[in-house]
Amino acid sequence: MRMSEFIVREAISANLAAGQEEAVIREMIENLRLAGYFKSIESDDVVRAILKRELLSSTGIGDGVAIPHAKHASVDRLVGAVAISPAGVPFDSVDNDPVHVLVMLISPQERPSEHLRALEGVSRCLKDKKFVQSLRQAANPQQIWDLICSHGA
Amino acid sequence: MVRNQRPKPQTAERQKIMKDSIRQTVSVTNPQGFHMRPMAAFVEAANRFPCAVTVTRLGMAPVNGKSILSLMGLVAIEGTELIVEVTGPRAAEAIQALVSVFQRNYDEEQ
Repeated sequence: MRMSEFIVREAISANLAAGQEEAVIREMIENLRLAGYFKSIESDDVVRAILKRELLSSTGIGDGVAIPHAKHASVDRLVGAVAISPAGVPFDSVDNDPVHVLVMLISPQERPSEHLRALEGVSRCLKDKKFVQSLRQAANPQQIWDLICSHGA
Repeated sequence: MVRNQRPKPQTAERQKIMKDSIRQTVSVTNPQGFHMRPMAAFVEAANRFPCAVTVTRLGMAPVNGKSILSLMGLVAIEGTELIVEVTGPRAAEAIQALVSVFQRNYDEEQ
């Protein structure tokens, strides 16, 4: 699945304000809420679901990348957000390095294959070091969206 | 004569590598498929060993078993068969550790 099929364009951030794991997750969920994907009352619950998943093992996979995710009943299809932290966020990553690129995935409850196909789309983009470098250097959400749409096209 | 002798070390080397290579087919039994937590556990186990590790899904090219980004390319839902192959030092030990990742029941992610 291509990233452009599930990343919510309006929920892209090129410059996260938060500098700490929980705050970053809240900020990304807030971006999805503002884009119309969650009601306020659901946001806290989604944040909790993601943090609970992070407690099991960090989704910081190394090389400055994290893929926080959770299943939640409030979505009827898989949605995602992308955020860049130029300063870096401590994320308890596998290589202990701060995270600069975050790809968040929220899946419906019983759609495991959709989640796995989304991961495949994320991996295709993030394995490309040039792509990751360009994401990190993007000046605004539009540039990030353009990169996502043009990758592998 | 010289030409005939040259391939010998290569052949011997190849045989040694083949001797040290072990492959095992595993089936994904987790209803969530081979998802990020078991992938992370697999990569962590793979990186404890000096041997090369690949995972192959039928009909696809082998992927690097020491890289979670590579494993993310597999899209292995429940019931998928994967071939785990290890090549090099401590291969027997490694295959045991890697196959056990697929035998472990991961709690459902919420």
